Amino acid sequence: MTALRERLQKVNPLWWQLGLLVLAILFPLPLGDYHRSVLWRTGLYIILGLSLNIIVGYAGLFQLGHAAFYALGAYTTALLNIHFGVPILLTLPVAILVGAVFGYLITRPILHLRGDYLCIVTIAFGEVVRLALVNNIFGITGGANGLSGIERPVLFGLVLRQPIYHYYLVLFFLVFTIFAVRRLENSRLGRAWMYIREDEVAAEAMGIDTVRVKLLAFIIGSGWAALAGSLYAAKITVVSPDQAKFLESVIMFCIVVLGGTGSIPGVFVGTLGMVTLPELSRALKDWRDAWLGLAMVTMMIARPEGLWPSRRIRMEIRAAKEEASVAPAAGN
Amino acid sequence: MALLEIENLHTYYGYVHALKGINLTVEEGEIVTLIGANGAGKTTTLRTISGLIRPREGRIVFDGQEIQGMPAHKIVQMGICHAPEGRQIFSTLTVMENLNMGAYTLGGDKETIEENRRRVFDLFPRLEERKNQLGGTLSGGEQQMLTIGRALMSRPRLLMLDEPSLGLAPLLVKTIFEIIKEINQRGVTILLVEQNARAALKIAHRGYVLETGRVVLSGPAQELLQDERVRKAYLGER
Repeated sequence: MTALRERLQKVNPLWWQLGLLVLAILFPLPLGDYHRSVLWRTGLYIILGLSLNIIVGYAGLFQLGHAAFYALGAYTTALLNIHFGVPILLTLPVAILVGAVFGYLITRPILHLRGDYLCIVTIAFGEVVRLALVNNIFGITGGANGLSGIERPVLFGLVLRQPIYHYYLVLFFLVFTIFAVRRLENSRLGRAWMYIREDEVAAEAMGIDTVRVKLLAFIIGSGWAALAGSLYAAKITVVSPDQAKFLESVIMFCIVVLGGTGSIPGVFVGTLGMVTLPELSRALKDWRDAWLGLAMVTMMIARPEGLWPSRRIRMEIRAAKEEASVAPAAGN
Repeated sequence: MALLEIENLHTYYGYVHALKGINLTVEEGEIVTLIGANGAGKTTTLRTISGLIRPREGRIVFDGQEIQGMPAHKIVQMGICHAPEGRQIFSTLTVMENLNMGAYTLGGDKETIEENRRRVFDLFPRLEERKNQLGGTLSGGEQQMLTIGRALMSRPRLLMLDEPSLGLAPLLVKTIFEIIKEINQRGVTILLVEQNARAALKIAHRGYVLETGRVVLSGPAQELLQDERVRKAYLGER
């Protein structure tokens, strides 16, 4: 058994990745439209989870209003397409830009808040966005009904109508996202996030512009959530304020925390538990809120680092735990 | 002109008036020490200089430029580096990664980073031996070396050390202070905050004695070592 494991570990990781990609491409083929849609939704939430992971996992900041940016992306695509006839795929970069700009505007004034306080304010901002959409702000968001009549995306003359096409569209962006966040994680910016997450004061004293670096986490994460929103609008062709619901933000947050903050495979595991399984099983869906709470509490007690944590974060959490248990004796 | 000049510095923590008009100067090439009891304002002075707290009043002039109110990362770029109290190293990062963080302001300048790392390893051969070890697994003395080494990675002109002897065995304190002297001889100006007044005054050129946010005494380190009041209050003599 161990011999097998050792041999498996020796395999070039590139082969694993290629294998997984081929599997992801072939997997939906024997399935029906319903299950293809479930896969599409899974991919979409993995993208959302990865975008939130930049903020929560890498930079160690709270964001419980992430769904607001998801909705902003969807509305951007809807408005541009319905009113100006912009092809769906061309609205994607605009949506990313809108998400990023709003990410900047909303988080700039609250960036000095820490921990729970930041968390509360992000919840409030999420609600502000949802209520603005419900109240038909500027008369363009269609109120509680949202907007409908979005065109189908067209790629090289092919109208993307069936779920399978949308699955591949999401898969394409998912692969790109994974590539991008891995580059980001190991970049200079990624290291700066890691330093801030561990010790903000020390990071500041070492010459890291903490405000700028934290802002960048929010800007990138928000822009990417908006992209996911656009992809949603492209398939469903209807957008509504429901996308900005607090529960959506909670689900995204749970995806990141359940799988393991800061871990890319963790986001996959988290999405499986929070989105895919409830979607497949009616019973689980009805009880999803309870299941969500139960999962969170169990995780906090039994496995605070998540189901598939990143090596580094597991060390950080263990170190913090040890410190907490030693502190009363050694405190000065 | 002095490398660092502080005039009438007032810093508050909320309503608490922590620094009540500090004046001090540090000349290029000196070791200057701030001594005093708990709560005298030593650490606050360093934190104010490095931009972690903003002073309400007063001027801090570094190399002819006023720096009070500048953000911390700009001040690091100007050449002031602060090794904070209590060895705030990153315990889950390796020694190398900790050092690389100190070179953050240098950006992608690999050659300079490599050169600075060389100098740090020259000073602290122990760190080179342990470069792939996690910071948290180092001994207290090694962690202090890492804190100082990390601060040196940005090649500061002024190095501010906050309580480098804190929690170290007497023999290690001696080693650390010898290294501080060595760093100074290699051309780095040092502002040293210490509770261990005797050890600090022995290697310093000049010293300032702080009491509840004010400078109550200053002068050449040798004189302070002989001073009646200092001996009574800080050197433990009766």
